[in-house]
This record gives sequence, structure tokens and C-alpha cells, in this order.
Amino acid sequence: MIVSYLKLFYIFFRIGLFSFGGGYSMLPMIYQDIQTFGLMSPHEFSNVVALSQMTPGPIAVNAATYVGFQSAGFWGAVYATIGVALPSFLIILIIAAFLNRFKSSPTIQAVLAGIRPATVGMIATAVLFFGKTSIFHEGFFSLSMVRNPLHFVSIPGMIIFGVTLIGATLGKIGPIPLTILGGILGALIL
Amino acid sequence: MLPLIQKEVVDRRKWISQAEIVDIFAISQSVPGVIAINASLFIGNKAAGVPGAVAAALGMILPAFISIILILLALINLKNNIYVEKVLGGIRAASAGLILLAAIKLGKGILNRKNILGWFIAFLSFVIIALMNVNAAWAVIGGGVIGYGTYLLKWRAK
Repeated sequence: MIVSYLKLFYIFFRIGLFSFGGGYSMLPMIYQDIQTFGLMSPHEFSNVVALSQMTPGPIAVNAATYVGFQSAGFWGAVYATIGVALPSFLIILIIAAFLNRFKSSPTIQAVLAGIRPATVGMIATAVLFFGKTSIFHEGFFSLSMVRNPLHFVSIPGMIIFGVTLIGATLGKIGPIPLTILGGILGALIL
Repeated sequence: MLPLIQKEVVDRRKWISQAEIVDIFAISQSVPGVIAINASLFIGNKAAGVPGAVAAALGMILPAFISIILILLALINLKNNIYVEKVLGGIRAASAGLILLAAIKLGKGILNRKNILGWFIAFLSFVIIALMNVNAAWAVIGGGVIGYGTYLLKWRAK
């Protein structure tokens, strides 16, 4: 048991340490790690991301709590959550002491200027990972898709996806009502 | 979440000045870690030292932690219910849309027409993670190295 606690702590500490740009941009790393370490399926993990739209607090904490609890119970959740928050703690306390040097250092600013676009690529990957568990079927992006594209797309999923996009952009509806709407549509048409 | 924090600690409690909070948010978003936890640690530290930082971070973490555990406990009995699966499937599809919009918004803020290198880094990061299944941490490290490398080249050119 202690091994799985430490493993959870390590996995989420690493995620906390390498996540820039917050929330969604850390999703690809979590998706990869839960598969590498065999913690849970991407399908199941997608559920927590989906539910996080409606629960309070940072998505990374939701994810750590969920993965930790599902793989090692309550204390697993505690270890994973501490793991994801600890890098923040160490880094912020160090930076708070050298605030002005951090802001004016051209080296640090140059490194950050390179990392920021990388996070855009990461969050784009998150869209793809997420789509695979909801709007695309297994084998999406493979060669056979060229022959029969509709076979790899979930039509009801696409409808809900489209309704959400339209609702958020044209309808200016917030994420919580849109998530609830998605759930209702799911019960009706999926 | 950041506007809520600002309203509470600047306008209401007056722990932090307006200028300071702008700095704190900027730094919280540019260092690794969970942005809201970074900001709460910073503010807690300013207002009451290290114990303040710990208290503020716990305050940020606990609602998320408790709500997920409650949901999980509620879902245990419903796990194989076909309607729960359908509702979750609908929520996943809606979330895919919300994440796509978040990606576009983030992209607009960071990439622009002049920033060709930025587009290149973003594209590279997508390709190695999504198509080559390289661990996403390498995209962060690679972006940082490219950023630093360009800075060195510019500095030399001067």
C-alpha cells in the first residue's frame, strides 16, 4: 500500500512541477501517466475532467483527488493532492524571496517565452485526448478513416459537442449550464 | 477564479494592493504548478507568512478535494447504471467543446502572426505528445530550451 501512496505522490508531484499555463494544459501529462503507470483508463479519467467543469476548485486538484481515491482510497487521494500542490509551495516560497530578480531576469523571461507556446500545443493535445473518449471512436486518425470517416465519429457526441460550441460562442452561456445541458442531451440521445 | 480572488483580498480585506495583485497573478501564471494554488500561496505568504501560505493553499484545495470525494462516493452505487454512463458521455462531449474553446483562447493570447517561432513550438509540442506519445514534460523542457537558445542567439547578434 505504501508503494502505491508514494507512486501517486511521485506522479502528481511531477505533474505539478511540469505544468505551466494551468488546468487543461496539464491534462496530456495526466493522461499519459495514468496509462504508463496503469492507474485507470483514459475513458474513466475523462469523467473526472468532465465533472470538474461543475465542481469547485482547480481542475488539477480534482484530478489528483479522483485518481488517488480510485487507485488507493482516501489516503491515496491525500497523497496525490499533496503531490500536485507541493511544487507550487516550494517554488512560490523561493520566488517570493527573490521577486524582483525573477521579474527582471531576461534569462527566465526568455525561457518562459519558449514554454508558453508549448502549453498551447499541450492543451490542443488535451482536446484530442478528450475527443477520443467522447466524439471520436477507437481508431480515429488511422488510415482506415479515409475510407469510412463516419465510422470513427460518434454522431450524438458530435451533436452535443456542436451544441456546446454554439452555446458558448454565440449564446454566451457559461460552462456549468452547458455541462448540465450536455449531460441531459447525453441521457436522451447517446 | 482570479477575479474572485482579487475582489476578496484587494477590495474587501485590503491585504494586498492593486499593483501587487497584478504582479502576483502574472507570476502565478508563469511558474509551474496549479495557478490558483500559486496565487493563494503568494497572497497567504504576503498576508501572514508561511503559515498564512499553507492556510490559504488548504482553503483553495479542500473544496475541490471534498467535492470530488463526495461525487465518487455517490457514484459508487451507480457505477454500472446505463443512464449515468450516458449522462457522463454527454458531459464528456460538452467538455471536449469547452476545452477546445479554452485552447483557442489560450492560443490567441500567446500566439500571433509575428510569433513564427511560437507557432513552431506549439506545433512541435502537439506532434510529439499527440502523435509520438512523448511525455508532455519534454514539451515544456523543449520549449524552455528553445526560448533560452533564441535569447542567446539574439544576444550574440548584438
